[in-house]
Amino acid sequence: MIRFFNLLLVIFFSFFVKANALIEVDITRGNLNPLPIAVSPLSLDSKSNQELQKIFKKKNIGAEISSVVENNLKTSGLFNPLNKDAFLQKPDIAHLKPRFEDWALIKAQALITGKVKFQDEKLRVEFRLWDVLAGKEMMALAFTTVPTNWRRIGHIITDKVYERLTGEKGYFDTRIIYVAENGPKTKRIKKLAIMDQDGFNTKYLTLGNELVLTPRFNPTNQMVTYLSYFRNLPRVYLLDIETGVQEVVGDFPGMTFAPRFSPDGKKIIMSFAIDGNSDIYTMDLENRIVERITNHPSIDTSPSFSPDGKYICFNSDRSGYQQIYVMKNDGSNVKRISFGKGLYGTPVWSPRGDLIAFTKLHKGKFYIGVMRKDGSGERLLTENYYQEAPSWSPNGRVLIFYRETKSDSEGKGFSAKLWSIDLTGYNERLVITESDASDPSWSSLLSN
Amino acid sequence: MNLSKYFKGAFLVMLASLVLSACATKKVGNQIQGDVYTGTDTVEYLASGVPDRVFFATNESVLTTASRDTLRKQAEWLRKNSKINIVLEGHADERGTREYNLALGERRANAAKDYLMTYGISGSRISVISYGKERPVDSGSNPLAWSKNRRSVTVKAN
Repeated sequence: MIRFFNLLLVIFFSFFVKANALIEVDITRGNLNPLPIAVSPLSLDSKSNQELQKIFKKKNIGAEISSVVENNLKTSGLFNPLNKDAFLQKPDIAHLKPRFEDWALIKAQALITGKVKFQDEKLRVEFRLWDVLAGKEMMALAFTTVPTNWRRIGHIITDKVYERLTGEKGYFDTRIIYVAENGPKTKRIKKLAIMDQDGFNTKYLTLGNELVLTPRFNPTNQMVTYLSYFRNLPRVYLLDIETGVQEVVGDFPGMTFAPRFSPDGKKIIMSFAIDGNSDIYTMDLENRIVERITNHPSIDTSPSFSPDGKYICFNSDRSGYQQIYVMKNDGSNVKRISFGKGLYGTPVWSPRGDLIAFTKLHKGKFYIGVMRKDGSGERLLTENYYQEAPSWSPNGRVLIFYRETKSDSEGKGFSAKLWSIDLTGYNERLVITESDASDPSWSSLLSN
Repeated sequence: MNLSKYFKGAFLVMLASLVLSACATKKVGNQIQGDVYTGTDTVEYLASGVPDRVFFATNESVLTTASRDTLRKQAEWLRKNSKINIVLEGHADERGTREYNLALGERRANAAKDYLMTYGISGSRISVISYGKERPVDSGSNPLAWSKNRRSVTVKAN
């Protein structure tokens, strides 16, 4: 099958210059004041370019990599990449020694320069981040990889720049797994699909012969757990992305659904429905031991572990309506945490551990929101006709979810799309997909 | 799914205003009672006089009087045709989270199964599957369409 995780990444040199008065980006305040940044096209010598053109059919791979970086920075909402037409310095010279006055003139506060070389059948990329006002280098790194990984180089550069300037890990060298949708509402065809975080390199993992729902990555991004209606038996499955091998999780005499991995990747937590009652179970993937976690005549579903694995948040209608509950990982100490007006579903624990994202339904509108793990500090980030199922970026700063539009009686006007929004409630964006899409799940960082 | 009591209020207000004004939408009122579909647009028949489906209120899996009537007819037909096995397909409308709706569909189909069993149909002849909100019969985004989609459909398995 598709081999995704074969990046040979070597960091050659890495030194951070600690200096005073360097630029910082505050990521807690939304995108009110994005940092003006100049992303100079990575310079490329003509011999390397000739050879690389044979591989890619791209005019200039250096410029292509820098536009990956530029697009990432722009989508983050925290940066304002400046128009290249205004750049005065040539890429190769800027990379050696930027003339800071030139960059200050176009109001750049930070500058990214770099160089690409093709050597021993590999792509060697180096880049530097400069503080324009202080006139100092902030970071210099180099990578070597197979040429087909060129987009990942762009994502890794963005992660390094983001981390250097915000003080937090990035989320750009990541993938999204989701359900690609086609066809009329009454006979929707659904396939598992995987793509880079920026919407490129889409691959389909199933053919659409059976209904598939709610895919989720394991912590190392090599496995996916999801619901499949294979042979009309809705069951939780496990798929190895590299080998394509699939298996049913456990041997349940009824529907299993709403799967997620435990943070250590060793267990799958899910719901099992029988005789009109859904409860939460775990299955250990090594010894196949199944444990029942909840035992209640209500619907208990959408379980999600805390990042330390000690707690589980889930959705139950035991109060009469869907609400969010938290319990210990053995099912004890069940506590309701959602008390606002309306119904609450799809709780999912932030990778930082402090917040739980959720879907809320109130007066015919759907909201994506967050609350603290004790239920306090509820904050609604976005309101719409229909949206649900948030998934966190690995740094806990962005949520991706899906949104459906209203249709008329013939089903016209219906669409399902992926959207992202910052935890601040700012920077709401459509995530471009090849087809309609739903049930997104964000991977962890592919390289650290 | 699940907006029932929240929605019911709004719906009653809507109905009240309908009574006062329009005729065009009065038809809708005739096809929904207290949020449950009572029309026959989508209904198919297992045999003459034996409707194949029952409908539910938002977020509910309680069988209405009409639903119990339909299921008694199905039970009678199943008793006469003892070689036929059935699948009960439970569904929810599109106004709920996907995972909860899967559970709700399963609960609805089982409500129908339990009723058939109390009328003497062996559980071994009945299997249950939930489609949640994945297979609506009406693709509209309006209360009437949603009411048609909140259903349990009895399908011959052999």
